[in-house]
Amino acid sequence: VSAPDLAAFAMLAGLAVYLVTGGADFGAGFWDLVARGPRARDQRRLIEQAIAPLWEANHVWLIFVVVILFTAFPPAFSAAGIALHIPLTILLLGIVLRGSAFVFRQYGGGDAAESRGWGRVFAASSVVTPVFLGVVVAAVTSGEIRVTGGIPTTGFLAGWLGLFPLSVGLLTLVLCAFLAAVYLTVAAGDDLALREDFRARALGTGIALAPCALLAALSAGPATEHFFERFVGSWWTWPLQLATAVSAIGALVALFGRRYHLARVLAVAQATFILAGWGLGQRPYLIAPDVTIHGAASPPQTLSIMLVIVAAGGVLLIPSLYLLFRVFRKIS
Amino acid sequence: MNAPRGFRVENGELVDIDPLEAMTTPFALHEVAHMAVAAYMATAIAAGSIHAYALWRKAAPAFHRKALGLCLAMAIPCSLVQPAIGHFAGQQVARHQPMKLAAMERLEKTQERAPLSFGPIAIPGALSFLATNDWNARVLGLEEFPREDWPHPIVRYSWLTMVGIGTLLAGWAAWALLRRLRKRAPDASKPFLLTTVAIGPLGVVAIEAGWIVTEVGRQPWTVYGVLRTNDAATPMPNLWIPLVVFSLVYLALSAVVIVVLRRHVRQTVPE
Repeated sequence: VSAPDLAAFAMLAGLAVYLVTGGADFGAGFWDLVARGPRARDQRRLIEQAIAPLWEANHVWLIFVVVILFTAFPPAFSAAGIALHIPLTILLLGIVLRGSAFVFRQYGGGDAAESRGWGRVFAASSVVTPVFLGVVVAAVTSGEIRVTGGIPTTGFLAGWLGLFPLSVGLLTLVLCAFLAAVYLTVAAGDDLALREDFRARALGTGIALAPCALLAALSAGPATEHFFERFVGSWWTWPLQLATAVSAIGALVALFGRRYHLARVLAVAQATFILAGWGLGQRPYLIAPDVTIHGAASPPQTLSIMLVIVAAGGVLLIPSLYLLFRVFRKIS
Repeated sequence: MNAPRGFRVENGELVDIDPLEAMTTPFALHEVAHMAVAAYMATAIAAGSIHAYALWRKAAPAFHRKALGLCLAMAIPCSLVQPAIGHFAGQQVARHQPMKLAAMERLEKTQERAPLSFGPIAIPGALSFLATNDWNARVLGLEEFPREDWPHPIVRYSWLTMVGIGTLLAGWAAWALLRRLRKRAPDASKPFLLTTVAIGPLGVVAIEAGWIVTEVGRQPWTVYGVLRTNDAATPMPNLWIPLVVFSLVYLALSAVVIVVLRRHVRQTVPE
C-alpha cells in the first residue's frame, strides 16, 4: 500500500464517519420536514434534543475530507472545484443555511411563527444538502467529467446534471433518513409512541433503499463501466456484497423485532459497507477517467507529513469527540 | 502565501517542495500573533461593551461588574500589546512586500528620509524609521511597480482605519488600566462606561479593515510573486452570481445575528 492509497483511504474513512454522523443529522432534518400526525410536535422536539448539543460538530469530518483532498491531491481538488462549481456551491449554501437556521430556531428567542420559519429553512436545507452530496459523489464516478492538463474540458454541467447523479442523490438522502430514524428509535427511550413512529420510518426507508439503489444502477451511463466492472468482478465483490446484504437485512430484522441498539450497529455497518463498495469500485480514480489517485498525488514529502499529522490528529480528535458525545448524552 | 517559500518554480512546475519550510514563512509569526491577539481583543471589547451598557442601565450590577471586569482583564493587555505587534508586522511587510507598504502609505516616489503623512501634515523620516529603524533609509514608492499592478486605494483607507482604531483602543485600555490601578470600580465613571459602550464594535471593524489591508494590498498576487489572482481564479464564467448570492446570504445572516443579540441583551436589561 502506497502513501497516495493511504491518503485516499483516509478520505474515504472520513467520508464514512461523516455519513453515519453528519448524514444522520441531515436525515433528522428530513424527518423534521415530514413530521405528521398527532405526535408531529413531539417528533420535532425529539429531533431537536438529539441534534442540539452537537449541532455542527459532525461537520469536522467533511472539513477533514476536503483538507486531505487539497493537501494530498491538489489537481483533483482544482478540477473538481471547477467542474462541480454549481453543485458544490449549492451544497455549501445548504450547509451554511442549515446550521444557521437551527441555531436561530433554538437560541434566537423568536416567537412561534418565527421559529416555524427557521424550522422550515432548517428542514429544507437538510434535504437539499445530502442530495447534492450524493450528486457530487456520483459526478466523479460518472466518467463524464473529462480533464486535460488539470483543466476540465467538459464544461460546468457534465457529470452532475442527469438522472444517474440525481438518483444517487436520492439514495444518499434515503440512507441519511434511514440512519436518522434508526438513531431516533434509540433516542426516544421510554416514549413508546415516538419509538414506534421512528421504527415505522426506519423500516420504510430501510426497505426503500433497495429500489433507490436499483434506480441508481439502472440509470448509470456507459461511462460508468469502469466502476461496475470492478464492483461486480473483483475478489472483494462477494465478501462485500454479502456483508452489505447481511447488515441491511439484519438491521431490518432487528427493527422488526424491536432490538433498537442492535439495529443501530447494523445500520452503521450497512452505510459503511455501501460507501466502502463505492470507494473500492472507484479506485484507482478520483475523478474518472482522467484523474487518478497516483496521478494527482502530492510529492512524497508532503504526503508523509500529512499522514503523520492525520494520525496524530486522530489521537487527539477521536477521544475529544468521544468525550463530547458522552458528556452530552449524560446531560440529556 | 504572502512570502512563499519551500519550493522552486521550474518551467511552470513546482519542484523541491518542502512543506515544513513552507510553514516557516517569515509572515507566519506576525500574522498569527497579530490576528490571535486581535480576536481576543475584539471579542473581549464587544462583550465588555454589552456589560457596560447593562451597568449604565443599572441592571444587576454585581453580575455585570464581574463580567465587565473579566472582559477588561482580557481587553487591556491585548489592546496595549497590539500596537507593538502591529509595528513588527509593518516592518515585516516593509522587508518582504514593499509594494504593499507603498500602497498603505500611498507613497508614490521612492525616497530617503521618507515622511509619514496625514493629509497636510508630514513628519520627515518617520516612515523610514518605522519601516526600518533608520530615519534615513530608502523606502520604495509605488513608481517602482507597474501601474496596472498597484493595489486598490482602499488599502490606504483600511490601513488608516485599522491604525486609528488600534490607537484609540490602546488609549482606552490605558485609561481602563489607570482606573484599575487606582482601584476604581469600572462602573464608577459614567464617561468610562459610555466610552466602553461606544467602542463595542470597533475591534471587529479593525479586524475587517486589517484583512482588507493584507489581502487587497497583496494584489495582483494570490501567491506573492508566483501566482497572479487572474491565473488562480476558476474559469467558471459569471462569478458575480455566487459573489452576489453569498454576499446577500451573509448580509441577511448578519442582520439576523444583530436582531438575536439585541433580543438577548434586552432580556438581561429591561427597558
